[in-house]
Amino acid sequence: MTIILNGQERMAPAGSSVLALLETLGLAPGRVAVELNGVIVRRDTFARAILSDSDRIEVVHFVGGG
Amino acid sequence: MKSDTLTIGGRSFPSRLIVGTGKYPSFEVMRRAIEASGAAMVTVAVRRVDLSKSGDALLDFIETRKIAILPNTAGCRTADEAVRTARLGREAGLSDLVKLEVIGDDKTLFPDNEGLLQATRVLVKEGFTVLPYTNDDLVVAKRLRDAGAAAVMPLAAPIGSGLGVQNPAHLRLLLEEIHDIPVIVDAGVGTASDASMVMELGADGVLMNTGIAGATDPEKMARAMRWAVEAGRLAFEAGRIPKKPYASASSPMEGMVRRDGPSA
Repeated sequence: MTIILNGQERMAPAGSSVLALLETLGLAPGRVAVELNGVIVRRDTFARAILSDSDRIEVVHFVGGG
Repeated sequence: MKSDTLTIGGRSFPSRLIVGTGKYPSFEVMRRAIEASGAAMVTVAVRRVDLSKSGDALLDFIETRKIAILPNTAGCRTADEAVRTARLGREAGLSDLVKLEVIGDDKTLFPDNEGLLQATRVLVKEGFTVLPYTNDDLVVAKRLRDAGAAAVMPLAAPIGSGLGVQNPAHLRLLLEEIHDIPVIVDAGVGTASDASMVMELGADGVLMNTGIAGATDPEKMARAMRWAVEAGRLAFEAGRIPKKPYASASSPMEGMVRRDGPSA
């Protein structure tokens, strides 16, 4: 299936969870925040949040700023 | 009140200086500057993870057991954008603190008062501890306070300009009138005397980034800012002397050694 990850199209296996996606990307779940179709996904539900075709996912973290 | 304690939304921080984490030549330079500044809170930005590269993580260079993270909504131009970014920041950091920015003009980065108020109301309702970055405008500051902001953060000068306090009269009025929540001067500090000046005016704290990160020696400037903030605060608490137009001798005239005659 195709998902939109941080504004870019990307293929992901059907039925992937947010947690599986983060693992594929090599990201530590404790350091990021995830938004799925505009709604925050709580960190303790990453494993249960299942992605669907055309989902829009934002994965953010902290960077230097003032 | 302890000179070096800043209390925001019921939480106490052992420094009145808050520093940013942007624009440093490296994370290691940033880490040393934060340590030298003595800051107990640092601002960070919330951005998309760059999936094309892996690198050091900012948080690896911040002692998060001792230093509070204050996510900002920098770059947001609408209340909706800012609220969305604040929610992401809370989730990433698991803290309710947010430095709320809603920018209304690209050249000056001046705040959009209307958007700022809107976003403040929404976030307060959602349980955030909201620290809005605002103009040096007393009426806006009062409205933000009435909307539930935990502090107000008026600018000294445009973000990153290093111009120092451009409008001391307005800042003074604001500081005279806002007492129930902290007033933290945010943005425009260029060097140590700027930081001292806002603290002497009675600010509860100062937030700065470029003034330290952009200095030739950020670690040394961070130390200068630390002492400047403490010195300014102590001077404010000590109560300065009134200004007088003419001299007033510090040494007694009595008992002067004169060439002839009795003492004057």
